[in-house]
Amino acid sequence: MTETLNKPEGVDADYYSVGAPIADTKAPAGPIENKWTLRKFDASLVNPANRRKLSVIIVGTGLAGAAAGATLGEAGYHVKSFCFQDSPRRAHSIAAQGGINAAKNYKEDGDSIYRLFYDTVKGGDYRARETNVYRLAEVSANIIDQCVAQGVPFAREYGGLLDNRSFGGVQVSRTFYARGQTGQQLLIGAYQALERQIAAGTVEMYARHEMLELIVADGQARGIIARNLVTGEIETHLADAVVLASGGYGNVFFLSTNAMGSNVTANWRAHRKGAYFGNPCYTQIHPTCIPVSGDHQSKLTLMSESLRNDGRIWVPKRKEDCEKDPRQIPEEDRDYYLERIYPAFGNLVPRDIASRQAKNMCDEGRGVGPMVGDFRRGVYLDFADAIARLGKPAVEAKYGNLFDMYARITGENPYETPMRIYPAVHYTMGGLWVDYDLQSSIPGLFVTGEANFSDHGANRLGASALMQGLADGYFVLPNTIRDYLAKGPYPTLDENDPSVAEARTSVEDRTRRLLAINGERSVDSFHKELGHIMWEYCGMERTETGLMKAIDLIRSLRAEFWRNVRVLGAADTLNQSLEKAGRVADFLELGELMCIDALHRRESCGGHFRAESQTEDGEALRHDDEFLYVAAWEYAGGSGEGEMGAPVLHKEDLAYEFIQLKQRSYK
Amino acid sequence: MNLTLKIWRQDGPTARGELVTYQVPDISPDMSFLEMLDVLNERLNAEGKEPVAFDSDCREGICGMCGLMISGDAHGPEKTTTCQLHMRSFKDGETITIEPWRATAFPVLRDLVVDRTAFDRIIQAGGFISANTGAAPKAEAILVPKENADRAFMAAECIGCGACVAACPNASGMLFMGAKVTHLGELPQGQPERAQRVAAMVATHDAEGFGGCTNIGECSHACPKGIPLDVISQLNADMRKAKSGRL
Repeated sequence: MTETLNKPEGVDADYYSVGAPIADTKAPAGPIENKWTLRKFDASLVNPANRRKLSVIIVGTGLAGAAAGATLGEAGYHVKSFCFQDSPRRAHSIAAQGGINAAKNYKEDGDSIYRLFYDTVKGGDYRARETNVYRLAEVSANIIDQCVAQGVPFAREYGGLLDNRSFGGVQVSRTFYARGQTGQQLLIGAYQALERQIAAGTVEMYARHEMLELIVADGQARGIIARNLVTGEIETHLADAVVLASGGYGNVFFLSTNAMGSNVTANWRAHRKGAYFGNPCYTQIHPTCIPVSGDHQSKLTLMSESLRNDGRIWVPKRKEDCEKDPRQIPEEDRDYYLERIYPAFGNLVPRDIASRQAKNMCDEGRGVGPMVGDFRRGVYLDFADAIARLGKPAVEAKYGNLFDMYARITGENPYETPMRIYPAVHYTMGGLWVDYDLQSSIPGLFVTGEANFSDHGANRLGASALMQGLADGYFVLPNTIRDYLAKGPYPTLDENDPSVAEARTSVEDRTRRLLAINGERSVDSFHKELGHIMWEYCGMERTETGLMKAIDLIRSLRAEFWRNVRVLGAADTLNQSLEKAGRVADFLELGELMCIDALHRRESCGGHFRAESQTEDGEALRHDDEFLYVAAWEYAGGSGEGEMGAPVLHKEDLAYEFIQLKQRSYK
Repeated sequence: MNLTLKIWRQDGPTARGELVTYQVPDISPDMSFLEMLDVLNERLNAEGKEPVAFDSDCREGICGMCGLMISGDAHGPEKTTTCQLHMRSFKDGETITIEPWRATAFPVLRDLVVDRTAFDRIIQAGGFISANTGAAPKAEAILVPKENADRAFMAAECIGCGACVAACPNASGMLFMGAKVTHLGELPQGQPERAQRVAAMVATHDAEGFGGCTNIGECSHACPKGIPLDVISQLNADMRKAKSGRL
C-alpha cells in the first residue's frame, strides 16, 4: 500500500482512496517520431546463444499472444504458450470481421503515420498515451508486410495490388481486409507461425490449460499456476517473465460479442497480485449487432461495421410507423438520424456516437423489431440504395457472408428487407496498466493486446484492435521484453518456494471451495444477473445514483455466489461448470471495480458517457481540467473469498505534447 | 417445441459411453442448437445431475470449436456450424441423436468433447510459410493476381472444425489438408516450400490415423464453409508432383 494515501471528497470517500501518482518512465525524451527507434536502441540486447536459457510464459494465443510466441520463438527464447481452447487457432481474434488499419497511404488520399496517430488519439477522445499511439501507427505498415509474407490472403484489386477500404470514424481508406473475415485470416497467419515454432521446439504449447494464478517471487512475476482442463491437474509453470495476452473482459456483461470462454481471470489474478488495472470502465458498445431475440440468448453477434460504408441507418419519424413493414414506409417518413445530426461523417461516425444515438432513438420510442422489455430495441440498416447504385452482385461480393449470417440468425432476408441492428458490448479499452515497454506494475509481467489498457483511450476506432494486437505481438513486445530478459536468467525457483506454494494452495483451496458450496443457483444464473446489472447501470449511459446502486447489487450478488452457487462434478476431470464458476467469481469482483471507476470519472469521454456531463445537444462533455489522466487501480485486498477492500487510485497524468486537445466533434 | 434428445454421455477418455435420453420441452425455434443444450444443462444442474460437456466458443461460426454429429449429420441438417444452427430447422416432437465426432484421430475426452490436436500437428508438419518476423519484403513488392488471391482466400476459410473427418466414412482429413495446401499453393509466397509442405503434411496425416480419400464427397457436403472437393485434387496433384520432383 502507498504511503501518500488520502481520501477523496464526497461520496467517493466510501469507495476508494487515492495513492501516489504513477508515470511511464520508459519512453525516451525527444521528438515523437524518434522515440521508438531510440527505445529499441537503448533496450539491452540478448546474445543469441543466451536466448535459449531464457524462458517466457505467454497466456493467450490470439493475435497478440500467438504473434509474440512465434516471434520470441524465432528469436530463440524458450516459450511456453497457454490457451484454454482446444487449439491456439480458436482464440477470439478469429471473429474480428472488418479489417486492419495501416498507414500505407496506398490510396494517396493524404494518409500518413501522423494522421493515423492523430485519428487514434482523437478517436480515443484524448484519453490515450501519445507515445504508445504514435508507435502503434509507426509499426502498422510493417504488420501488413509481415502478414502478406505469411500468406494472409488480403483482398486484391485486378492488377494484383492490395485493396483498401475506409472504416468507421475516419476519412481515408487505410483498412486492409479479407472479405468479412480479416481476424480469421490474420489469426491463422499468426497461428501457423506459432505452430512452425512448436515444430521447431522453441515453443511448448499447452492447449486446454487455464491460468488460475500468477506467481510473484521477490516482487517479480515468475510463473503461473494453470489447470489442465482435461485432467483437472493443477500445474506449476515457472519462467523468467510472464506475458498476458488474454484478451478483454466484455463478458462481464454476460451478453456481448465475445466468445463464450472469453474471461478476465488471468488479468484479475494478476491484478490481485499487484498489477494495476487501467481505466476498467472504458467499454466499447458496438453499434452494428444483431438485436436480442429472447431470454435464452447466450451471446450477441456482431456484424462488421464496414456495413456502415454502404448501409444507411434510419428509424421511422413517427412512433406509430414502428410496427409497419419498413418497405412500406415512404422516404419522407424516415429519419436517417446519423446523416441528419452529423452531416460530415453521416453513417460513419465513431462507434460510441452511433451506439448512443441508436439508444436515444429507441428510448424515444422509435425503435423497431420485437419488444424486449418496454422497448423495441433495434434500428434499420438499409442496403436498398446501395443495391440500386452498385447492383446486388457487388453488394454480395463485399458483404455476402455477413448477409448470410444475418439471414441464418434472424430468418430474414437482408437483400429484401432492411437489417435490424442494435448496440452490444464488444471491446474493452481498459485493461492492465502498462508502461511504454508494455510492462505492468509488476516487474516481469507484460501485457499485450486487448488485455492491456494502452492504445485506445476511452474509445477504439474500427480496424484498430487487430492492428494493436499484431503490433504488440510481432514488433513491440519482442523488442521491449529483451531489456528485461537481458538481466536474466533470474534465480532458479523451487516448486517449494513459499511464493509458488502459496499460489498453488490458493488455487486448490478455491477449487475445493467452489465445489463444496453445493447451493441452489447455477453459475449461469449469477452471470446473467451480473450482466443485467452492468448493462443497466454501467452500460451506454452511467449516472452517479445508478452506479452506487450497481455497486450494492454486485456486492450482495457476490456474497450470494459464494454461499449459494451450485457447481457439480469433480476437480480431477473435465468440468466445464467449474471452469465457468472460476471465471464468473472473478467477473463479480471486476464488475465492482468497473462501477467504482465509472463513478469516480465524473465526465463523459469516448465509451464512458456520464449523463451528468453532456452538452446542450446531448453530446459527451469531457472535463480535461479534472480528468486528463489514466486511472490505474491498485487492488486493496479483502479478508475472505469474494471480499474486496476499497481500491487505491493512482493517476497517470496525460500530457498532450504533440496533439492539441479539442472537444471531439463529428458534425 | 418439445424434443427428445439422445445424447452420448461418456465420463472420460477410457470410460465406456452410452446414449442417454432426455426430454426437453418449451424450446423456442429462435434458439440456436447450443442454446437449446444450455437450457438442458441448466435443468440438469438444477436436478443435481452433471451437465453435458460440449465444446463451443465464438458461437458465430468462425472459431471452429463446436461440432456435433446431429442425427448422423456433422453440424446437423443445414450447411453451417453447430452454433449457427437454429431450432427452426427441426420439427416439434422430433427425436434428435447427438454424438461427438467419431474418428480414430479424434479421441473422445468426455461426452461430446473430442481431442482434435492431430489437426494442429498436421499444420506443424508444413502448413505455414516460413517468414520470420521482420524479414518480410514490402507488401506491394509481389503482385498476386486477384483470381489466385480469391482462391487462396476460399481455401483459407477452413475453420478446422473437423466436420470433414467426422462425415467421411474413412475418417480422412484430406479436405482439411487440401484446403491448406491450396491456400498456400495459390500464393507466390507459398511456392518455395510447396513440395516439402505437401509431403510432410501427408506423412503426418497418415501417421495420426486419418484414412485416405476415396472420392465420396461427404466431407465437402458437411463443410460449414463450403470448401470444395477440388482442393483434394489439388492436394493429390501437388503430392504426385512433389514425389516425382516436378514441383
